Amino acid sequence: MSEVTTSLSQAAWLVLERDLKLAFRRWEQVTHPVVFFLMVASLFPLALSPEPSQLRNIAACVVWVGALLSSLLALESLYRADQDDGTLEQLTLSGQPLSVLLFAKTLAHWLLSGIPLVVAAPFVAISMGATAEAFGVLMTSVALGTGVLSFLGSVGAALTLGSRRGSVLLSLLVLPLALPVLIFGARATDLAMHGESAAGPLWLLSAVLILTVTLAPWASAAAVRISLE
Amino acid sequence: MATWTWFHKLSSPPHFYRIAGKMIPWYAIPAAILIVLGIYGGLFSAPADYQQGEAFRIIYVHAPAAWLSLMCYTTMAVAAAVGLIWRIKLAHALAAATAPIGASFALLCLATGSLWGRPMWGTWWEWDARLTSQLILFFLYLGYMALRSAYDDLTRADRASAVLAIVGVVNVPIIHFSVNWWNSLHQGSTVIRKGGPAMPPSMLIPLLMCFAGFTLLYAALACVRVRAEVLQRERNATWLKELGAG
Repeated sequence: MSEVTTSLSQAAWLVLERDLKLAFRRWEQVTHPVVFFLMVASLFPLALSPEPSQLRNIAACVVWVGALLSSLLALESLYRADQDDGTLEQLTLSGQPLSVLLFAKTLAHWLLSGIPLVVAAPFVAISMGATAEAFGVLMTSVALGTGVLSFLGSVGAALTLGSRRGSVLLSLLVLPLALPVLIFGARATDLAMHGESAAGPLWLLSAVLILTVTLAPWASAAAVRISLE
Repeated sequence: MATWTWFHKLSSPPHFYRIAGKMIPWYAIPAAILIVLGIYGGLFSAPADYQQGEAFRIIYVHAPAAWLSLMCYTTMAVAAAVGLIWRIKLAHALAAATAPIGASFALLCLATGSLWGRPMWGTWWEWDARLTSQLILFFLYLGYMALRSAYDDLTRADRASAVLAIVGVVNVPIIHFSVNWWNSLHQGSTVIRKGGPAMPPSMLIPLLMCFAGFTLLYAALACVRVRAEVLQRERNATWLKELGAG
């Protein structure tokens, strides 16, 4: 038997690289959630009114509800394909700590689902009459918030892997847990749009991100093991 | 050592099934007496509130329901963690049995709060921090039960929902804090606060009776439901067949 020489960081890096490569080959997996985000955002003016003053008031809400729903949609693709072709099982059997490998997977997922939303958010905001001064805070908060959603969602996605009805169940599990992100993110964006300091909610959002990134991979690993046994 | 043998004995389904069956009347009868006395004291003997008039009397159902909805969630998460760590099936059965009870109390709390809010705040629902927290707690229960029902295999349902309950209990303080920070309108706590309760004894004693009665009611309901869970899980076990035959 030959000695296994792949170190933990190498293994994590390989997982990250593999997921990014796969996503670039199946490009629609990245673009569909963004298109969904833009569509949800365009529903609000149609349902409410095209009045610019009203739209400006709800701009933060539209961006954040859209981002939340879109990242929920993207969570579907996090483990499903890997479970179907057996990759997830191989990761579990690889001898490396599963939590670190899942951390790499979730990081890749955040890069693929979060970053496009960070880029798309200013366009939605500007169509709602937000001013360019708020873009910095808006993009930072969306980046932090989608990070929390990816890591929190990875636990939910792992828990629903072995169950019969995935997507609606996933939303039922993740949405109540994601509320702090919605509250802090929308508040930060709102404060920035009114020209006030958004430091408070941004720090809180960062704290939630650090906590989630630290703890969620353990829960995801436990959940994946349960789903695969 | 003695405590651990006791613990292991209790976690064996046949033993627990017997003990729980014996305990039900010991919980249910005091619960019924306390709730009847408490509700009577609250609805008839206690004076009307100087500010809220007769409407305050909803507290005799509302506050115990709110307390139990939280206690059930904690019980559920602790039982789930015990089941996950030590692989005790009975702990999973307790968690599974507690969830619907907790969800019912959360709903009762929301419903009574809404009924009280109509005359007091002039609205059925207010997007206030404590109401919203309670609503989210209710949603967390629903998510937990939905996850359980999505699995056909009981062992996997147990273990997956246990992870969810633990993740949920870590999140509850964050959710509570974020919602509080978002908005607060609900009146502060009346019973547990610095300088003693802000209530005369004639109001307080029935309330405490209701708290104790509702908690005992939970204990009785939990015994009944865990027994039902045990029956379902052990339906092929020999001890049950012997019990049925004897």
